[in-house]
Amino acid sequence: MSATVNSLRDIILSHFGSSAVLCSGTYPPCIPQILVPREQFEDVGWLMKDAGARLAAEWGVDETLLGRQFAVLACFAREGEYILLRCNIPLEDPTFPSLSKKHTPAFRFERQIMSLMGLTPTGHSHSDLRPWIKHEDWPADAWPLRKSFDAAQRMPRVAGEYRWVRAEGEGVYEIPVGPVHAGIIEPGHFRFQAMGEDILNLEERLGYTHKGIEKRFEQLSWVEGARLAGRVSGDSTVAHALTYCRALETLSGTNIAPRAAWLRAIMLERERIANHLGDIGAIANDVGFAFFQFQFMRLKEHLLRGNQQLFGHRYLMDRVVPGGISADLQADGAAAIELELANLQTEFEHLVTIYDLNASLDDRLRSTGLLTAETARELGTVGYVARASGQGLDCRIQAPFSPYDQIQPRMVVLNSCDVHARAWVRIEEIRDSIRLLRGLLATLPHGEILIPLADVPPDSSSLAAVEGWRGEIVYWLQSGLQGEINRCAIRDPSSVNWLALEQAVHNNIVPDFPVCNKSFNQSYSGNDL
Amino acid sequence: MLRILHQIFRTGVVTEPLPEEIKAELDEVGCHLEKAIRQRFHRSLVIREVDAGSCNGCELEIIAMNNPVYNCERYGIQFTASPRFADMLLVTGPVSVNMEIALKRTYDATPNPKMVVAVGDCGCTGGIFGESYASLGAVANVIPVDAHIPGCPPTPVQLLLGILQLIKIRL
Ligand code: SF4
Repeated sequence: MSATVNSLRDIILSHFGSSAVLCSGTYPPCIPQILVPREQFEDVGWLMKDAGARLAAEWGVDETLLGRQFAVLACFAREGEYILLRCNIPLEDPTFPSLSKKHTPAFRFERQIMSLMGLTPTGHSHSDLRPWIKHEDWPADAWPLRKSFDAAQRMPRVAGEYRWVRAEGEGVYEIPVGPVHAGIIEPGHFRFQAMGEDILNLEERLGYTHKGIEKRFEQLSWVEGARLAGRVSGDSTVAHALTYCRALETLSGTNIAPRAAWLRAIMLERERIANHLGDIGAIANDVGFAFFQFQFMRLKEHLLRGNQQLFGHRYLMDRVVPGGISADLQADGAAAIELELANLQTEFEHLVTIYDLNASLDDRLRSTGLLTAETARELGTVGYVARASGQGLDCRIQAPFSPYDQIQPRMVVLNSCDVHARAWVRIEEIRDSIRLLRGLLATLPHGEILIPLADVPPDSSSLAAVEGWRGEIVYWLQSGLQGEINRCAIRDPSSVNWLALEQAVHNNIVPDFPVCNKSFNQSYSGNDL
Repeated sequence: MLRILHQIFRTGVVTEPLPEEIKAELDEVGCHLEKAIRQRFHRSLVIREVDAGSCNGCELEIIAMNNPVYNCERYGIQFTASPRFADMLLVTGPVSVNMEIALKRTYDATPNPKMVVAVGDCGCTGGIFGESYASLGAVANVIPVDAHIPGCPPTPVQLLLGILQLIKIRL
């Protein structure tokens, strides 16, 4: 076996030869966009599979306003290396070869492309072409992401039925749950087939919170777009706004000030700690320990109040803006954070000891909700879901941007693949984020926090990936002929991780579903868009 | 177990006196609230929260109302899993087309007399998502609404005040 690993770009170019075209006007330069013939699009699937790359995202684009037709883009990633592969699709034959045979995440990506852009995958695995996000009572020919679709229209409701997966046999019964769930959480529908207490199958049906976000971007200015990105998934407002801004700044060639980059990282790590704290408490609560829920909620609340005092918003909404940040850390801010971190660390470690020594917790969380390493890889999972199942994925480490190239985060990978591991990865990440915050404060540069956004060139595109608290977030932006937003494609970690929940609950008991679900804690809004 | 008890005693009661500027107002409303809840709701106001398409930011703050710092249960406010036990619906989000039917059904399942509160800028006006093929905008476009609590998201204090004020008006 040769010791040199070919880059994904070389693999594609050497396979396709002169029939592959390197596209221009795509940013950053290290992420090439390569056009391949539509008939051979499926080849990229197995080529990338053999190279060990995962399908990070796949989406459709309507380029009729740019004088072209439709296209499908697939973003593959291998460690820190990203590549975009595209095939052009004629208006009169809106079909493309499916990647789902080699890449399981394509399963839902392509159903979504078909539902919202009206491009049909051919050779889709299981021939599952049921609509996704688009509910069955929409008109079949409503494809909102097409330019010809009027975003303001009211669609008539039509008759239609969703074909659920069925399980039959003696003693098999079905439990439908949602969309309105029991707790204070987002809406979605879960359908369980169970026998006795055991879950035989779980099927998710999402899309209830679809608000037309991707289409909405196309009506906004670039600056307004950052506000919308910060509302794709409220608990990840920093991470989403940051990914959007990074893509936009790459597209326009805007170099933000070092202080802004540092403070963005401080906000991102604060968001990570706050959400992880809430989740650990919620996981323990779901196996009967309300004690942890209230203790961890208390620590989270302190952090949120800190955000309010330091930056003027409890969740830091609209603090990351194109060109930098909108709220500076005051002179006494660093000392305030140091104090806050010292308190947080003491309290947190105290609780972790109690958590760790509790035999009942251990009993309930270990070997519950197993997601094997193989399945986690196959499904292209990201974030703590992947890391708790042995996958070393973290784009802060593998595709770092400033300041993460100077302040190295620690990769936390566990191998027990269960609810316990998903909780414990969070515990370790809180510890590491506290360390990172201290390092960031110690090296915080002085200077400006906001510079004007440079002009966006027409008909160009860019991609950015950022490790939010839930995992890798991907944004792809494309400008139109006037330099306006032509397309904003978003891939929240949830779009891949939701599939993994279905697998992790097999053969668990129905009463353990809530804790399994909590350990994943995926976003509905980020998935439904 | 001993560790848990020790931590509980060590933590003590963290429920806080609210910030001065709203404390006076809240005390007054709180006094009405207690009376109102005693008279009209047998000491407990039961709320069903419905996310009709929000970004989940509003839910974070509604959950925070239950945390030990705000501790809304001390006012007799409880959250229920079923609309059939609810006195009040707290509805967030621009109402998505895909949630319209579920929201109307939840409304119908809530016994009369019922109160509906639209929460957040999105619930009040549709917010940044506006009205479109996928979003019906404000909650009031879909079901009758008695009160609005704006904010993106409204803080736990703003939520408490909004709920208390509605009850005061209704008394
Ligand atoms: S008001 Fe703000 S926090 Fe609430 S749903 Fe709308 S965008 Fe999210």
